Amino acid sequence: MGEAVQKTETKESILSINNIEVVYDEVILVLRGISLEVPKGEIVTLLGPNGAGKSTTLKAVSGLLKTEDGEVTKGSIVFKGEAISNRDPDDIVRRGIFQVMEGRRIIEDMTVVENLRLGAYTRRDREIKDDIDRVFDYFPRLKERTGLAGYLSGGEQQMLAIGRAVMARPEMILLDEPSMGLSPLLVKEVFGIIRNINQQQGITMLLVEQNANMALHCASYGYVMESGKIALDGTCEELLNNEDMKEFYLSGGDKDRKSFKNLKSYKRRKRWM
Amino acid sequence: MASAHSRMRCGEFRTTYQADMTIFPTPLARQVAIVSVLLLLLAPLCLNAYYLNLLIQIGYYGIAALGLNIVVGFTGQISLGHAAFFGLGAFASAWISNNSGIPVFFSIPLAGLLTMAVGLLVGVPAGRIKGLYLAIATLASQYILEDFFARAEWFTGGSAGAMASPFSVFGYIMNSDQSYFYVVLFYVVLLFLAGANLMRTRDGRAFVAVRDHYLSAEIMGINLNKYRILSFGISSFYAGIGGALFGHYLGFVSAEGFTLLLSIQFLGMVIIGGLGSVMGSMLGTIFMVLLPEVMEFGVHLVGSNNTALTQALAYIKEMAIGLAIILFLIFEPDGLAHRWRMIKNYWKLYPFSY
Repeated sequence: MGEAVQKTETKESILSINNIEVVYDEVILVLRGISLEVPKGEIVTLLGPNGAGKSTTLKAVSGLLKTEDGEVTKGSIVFKGEAISNRDPDDIVRRGIFQVMEGRRIIEDMTVVENLRLGAYTRRDREIKDDIDRVFDYFPRLKERTGLAGYLSGGEQQMLAIGRAVMARPEMILLDEPSMGLSPLLVKEVFGIIRNINQQQGITMLLVEQNANMALHCASYGYVMESGKIALDGTCEELLNNEDMKEFYLSGGDKDRKSFKNLKSYKRRKRWM
Repeated sequence: MASAHSRMRCGEFRTTYQADMTIFPTPLARQVAIVSVLLLLLAPLCLNAYYLNLLIQIGYYGIAALGLNIVVGFTGQISLGHAAFFGLGAFASAWISNNSGIPVFFSIPLAGLLTMAVGLLVGVPAGRIKGLYLAIATLASQYILEDFFARAEWFTGGSAGAMASPFSVFGYIMNSDQSYFYVVLFYVVLLFLAGANLMRTRDGRAFVAVRDHYLSAEIMGINLNKYRILSFGISSFYAGIGGALFGHYLGFVSAEGFTLLLSIQFLGMVIIGGLGSVMGSMLGTIFMVLLPEVMEFGVHLVGSNNTALTQALAYIKEMAIGLAIILFLIFEPDGLAHRWRMIKNYWKLYPFSY
């Protein structure tokens, strides 16, 4: 873990979350001191079981917490050297962070092109049309769909949601479960495109996923969350080879199931933390 | 490959982004719109006063209905106070032209702007609430304005009402149905083109995004409050213009005309015509204006010597409106505009079903 921290420090981080606590409705404590660093131009993934607080972390960054009566009560979120905790979502988009929400959330009553134009809402320049073409280069199959976006398949809607994010020309995209409800082949395709966008456009990404295997192969650094805390972090190679990760997220390292006594499990360690 | 296919046109296919964004969806639609405006230009020459009166009514109610459709159909808010804004436009235009010497030609747009200002004011609290609470808040604005009409004698003439001077341009007074028809037609064409155009812009897309997924809208950088307030403002502007045209047509504005019932009728026009459709606002208005006339015609046809039936006519008219709204909600919740689209799609592919 010591090595990992050093590695992130060598790269300039574009987003750093420092020990934040998030409270919903002024009573429910969801995040209990989360810290993470996202280096510029990299893909960082955030893994963990349901209810760990992954989506809440993203919403804390994008400002969506407010609409759900949530609030960052402690700690700070710093983007490009400026504190952005508890700001309005539209302000945060203008600063360069764009969230692709869980479950796509495209506008069904609009065509594909209108959805893409909507993504470019914060821009007023004349290069929007070029960017639409660029999105169609990444997702050729979207170009053939001329009707309303509501008639697209789930995978195509996910592609549209990612394309819409690219249209805003953000410096950072927060991806919330892009693999949700997609067939394994399509998941591969979508992740390939996410990597392409990351490398060609230089957009930093924070990726929340349930598909740990896919996410760890796509990203460069990973954090594992559990009930509102970071339980484990490291480079993706480290995490892929970690015994606990294999046991809990990567469908078992060794074929024969081990006794819990033999595991040097972070779950057990966590109790005296 | 392509040459192997038949050349018969079997639908409207768009190959450029521009084609996807035009005001009129097809070239035919544009031609039909132009021809119908030209035909309407000839209408005063060949229609009698009764039909012209109906057309003028459709005109000013249609403008107000489009305004309501922007707030209800496009932005997904609810407003139960639209009739009050319609009335405010009528009083404002009469007041401006009577008291300041500004000719009616300019007082109509000024009344629209004044109504818009009041609408924005109402929109400030309304922008923060949703659903049923918003319905109650707009209901409050309806009653507050109604009360204001009854009490503010300096502005509305109180219970006596206000005289609205006739429309004139270059000294030519247009107070006959024939000439006033052109004034209304001008505003209808202008405001409907503006409305259709609004929906193609960045702000129009923001309205629809606020309606469909307010979370996605926020995440794309759209300020929800701003657009909710703005939609109330634009809607009030349309209501104000419609009301001003109404006032100068009748020549007299009285506070009794702008009740909650008229607000509900506006909602009926929008629902019957089709929520979120510019053309639907017009279709719904035509339906709502013609329905009572058709009922009257039918009653006279069935029993001109049946006194019970003719006496019940007033109730039959109102019940017909209620029935129409209910039937539309059950069988065609997307309104006449949707029915029209389905008819078009059927004929596009005729004789094949799909």
